[in-house]
Amino acid sequence: METLNIFIKSIFIDNMVFAFFFGMCSYIAVSKSVKTALGLGAAVTFVLVMTVPLNYLLYNYVLKADALVQGVDLSFLTFIIFIATIAAFVQLVEMIVEKFSPSLYSQLGIFLPLIAVNCAIMGASLFMQQKVDGGELTSVWQSIVYGLGSGLGWWLAIVMMAAIREKTTYSHIPAALKGPGIAFIITGLMGIAFMIFSGIQF
Amino acid sequence: MSNKNLKYLTGPFSANNPVIVQILGICSALAVTVQLKPAIVMALSVTAVTAFANLVMSLLRNGLPSRIRIIVQLVVIATLVILVDQVLKAFVYDVSKQLSVYVGLIITNCIVMGRVEAFALGNGPWASFLDGIGNGLGYGLILVVIAFFRELFGAGTLYGFRVIPESWYIAEGGFYSNNGLMLFPPMALILCGCIIWVHRSKNKDLQEK
Repeated sequence: METLNIFIKSIFIDNMVFAFFFGMCSYIAVSKSVKTALGLGAAVTFVLVMTVPLNYLLYNYVLKADALVQGVDLSFLTFIIFIATIAAFVQLVEMIVEKFSPSLYSQLGIFLPLIAVNCAIMGASLFMQQKVDGGELTSVWQSIVYGLGSGLGWWLAIVMMAAIREKTTYSHIPAALKGPGIAFIITGLMGIAFMIFSGIQF
Repeated sequence: MSNKNLKYLTGPFSANNPVIVQILGICSALAVTVQLKPAIVMALSVTAVTAFANLVMSLLRNGLPSRIRIIVQLVVIATLVILVDQVLKAFVYDVSKQLSVYVGLIITNCIVMGRVEAFALGNGPWASFLDGIGNGLGYGLILVVIAFFRELFGAGTLYGFRVIPESWYIAEGGFYSNNGLMLFPPMALILCGCIIWVHRSKNKDLQEK
């Protein structure tokens, strides 16, 4: 039940986009068509599922106070270790995909390397650290579920946004609001709609 | 200061603003703006990181193979952010607690990375430093405007000081009550959309066709 709660909560209640604004830059920039949004969402979800547990292990067994050597607290290194893990992992995925599936590589194109600096990835790892300190995440399994839920939430948000933006090409939007302006306001309204999920528990 | 350098510094305030024109660094711009104080601290932190990341990368730019530049940038930026984080924890601990993960997220703040890629790798150290300060302050400007409205209408205070008198509230027999929605995330997005609306109505050349 605990694990299911983490899953539901990270998709709907603590949605990456609507509750924390994570990954907004690529969210606004790439949500112009549903097809590219689907591709980017899948890539982000995959990287999240892999990097959150990796960082969980690193934090729990190396960085946390007393984890590596009794009396040594390396948690000030968290930022640099997390971002190094993420950048290295993204680089690795890029090389593997390029080697074994060139067609997928050309489909994902520029998105893949850009994921390293997507704040949703780093944000999920930093929240994972907070949740470990707060006792909410207690095993690798739960951290995988948390990464998966966060990724699916982001995926859901960007695909919905892309679908709405495809429709708005036929609407009469004030000239000054066209593009990012209306995208922000739509996201705000979607965020208000997502507030109905707050408090759901099993 | 020459005219060109002055332009690097002041351009990002309006015509080339990182948040509302370049659409960079939105996540933290919206998340830390419930009150003015964390917004100002965040703006100063981002300014410091952007300026020094630009300076360091501009100094390194000639000896750096382009294949490994992203990882070098990340290391430089992450080191600067760790420094900022330690300074915040030492001097303004309560604000640093309020900002929580968003200090760490300066690493992936697209403004820092974007300015290094777009400017510092092709310009001299002094110009890059000024560009970093300008972009940091342009980002701070938007943060302060959003935080001003959210704190004033959401809590009736500014920078922690009460602006709307206690006696106006319904609980005290008055007629006024705070707009609780202002404190929720969606309102930050809508406010930001409105700022873009006003800004682009004044600068017609930025409007999309």
